[in-house]
Amino acid sequence: MATEPIDMEVAGMCVNEFGGAIGMPQLCGEWFGNQIFWLVVALVAIYFILSRIALPRIGSVLAERQGTITNDIAAAEDLKVKATEAEAAYDKALIDARAEAHRIVAAAKADIQADLNKAIAQADAEIAEKAAESEKAISEIRASAMQNVEEVAKDTAQAIVAALGGSADAKTVSAAVEARMKG
Amino acid sequence: MAAEAHGEEAGGLVFHPMDQFIVKPFFGDGAVSWYTITNATVWMALAVLAVFALLVLGTSKRSVIPTRLQSVAELAYGFIYKMVEDICGKEGVKYFPYIMTLFMFIVFANFLGLLPMAFTPTSHIAVTAIMAFAVFFAVTILGFVKNGASFLGLFWVSSAPLALRPILALIEVISYFVRPVSHSIRLAGNMMAGHAVIKVFAGFAAIAAIAPLSVVAITAMYGLEILVSFIQAYVFTILTCVYLKDALHPHH
Repeated sequence: MATEPIDMEVAGMCVNEFGGAIGMPQLCGEWFGNQIFWLVVALVAIYFILSRIALPRIGSVLAERQGTITNDIAAAEDLKVKATEAEAAYDKALIDARAEAHRIVAAAKADIQADLNKAIAQADAEIAEKAAESEKAISEIRASAMQNVEEVAKDTAQAIVAALGGSADAKTVSAAVEARMKG
Repeated sequence: MAAEAHGEEAGGLVFHPMDQFIVKPFFGDGAVSWYTITNATVWMALAVLAVFALLVLGTSKRSVIPTRLQSVAELAYGFIYKMVEDICGKEGVKYFPYIMTLFMFIVFANFLGLLPMAFTPTSHIAVTAIMAFAVFFAVTILGFVKNGASFLGLFWVSSAPLALRPILALIEVISYFVRPVSHSIRLAGNMMAGHAVIKVFAGFAAIAAIAPLSVVAITAMYGLEILVSFIQAYVFTILTCVYLKDALHPHH
């Protein structure tokens, strides 16, 4: 059926009297020239629109965008490096400050220790002095006590001698007592 | 569906599925000569205008952060550019404007043809055959200019056993010359069939009981046709790239 109209390929034979298609309008040779001509015109028009205006423009926009993105990424990397540097500087400052603080603390400690040592030494000296005084007092007391004991002993000895009926002069008794106490 | 179908209108149903493909003068009546402004001319011109609107007006601001229309234009550019680069390699990029021209024309002719009452230039074998033969001759000439006689190596499958090679060469030659035919008929046939089927469903709508089903069927076909419109433009373009690749790198 479809090949029939080709056999009758005469001008006006592709359409019947009602304006309907006879067979496939695609195969109607009478319209080929018109379609081919306008197709070529359309394709050439599109080709010039694309190659002269559209494609270079879109290409440059895409390239520009790529450039912008690349620049932005580079800038971001720059800033990141700067941030890292700033962080390092901050860390360094922190460490320095900490070391300084340690130094100050150590110095203060040393000062205090020195004061303390001085005060202890002074206190020790005072204590030693007091102790010496006390020692002296004690020895005096002890000496006086010994003397008292001697006297008591002499008196007692004399009294004992007298009581036993002997008569002894005081000098002999005291000499004997002294000799006995030393021995 | 020849002459008598129009006259008798069998069973009350009227089927004129092919009438939509008739080429007629856009202004007035009369014969269609090669320069007449016909409905085909008008719809091709609309396709050109649509391409202009999308790719030129849509990108007129050249904004780094694109508007919607500009992103569509950039998407189309990137889509075809990547296709050419992937298939043909770096040497193929200089043919990108030609391939982009074919793609934009076909895709807009297909989509504009989906408008009610529209004419679809790409449903005509005359149109698609011219494009397919243009690709065929361009690729063949390019192949010989670029590679000289070694372009014939395309037909000599050196990876096959020697005894098979002459037979394969014959098959390759036949398939090479069939290329423009399949290339053009695939596009025109797809466009024509879909539009004709929609018209047939529309014809059934004359029966009240079938009308709702008919509307559903038309809607479904229309959805399918939207897919087909894009896919056929894509297929035509990608085959063009493949043929171009054969011309640039004829060895298997």
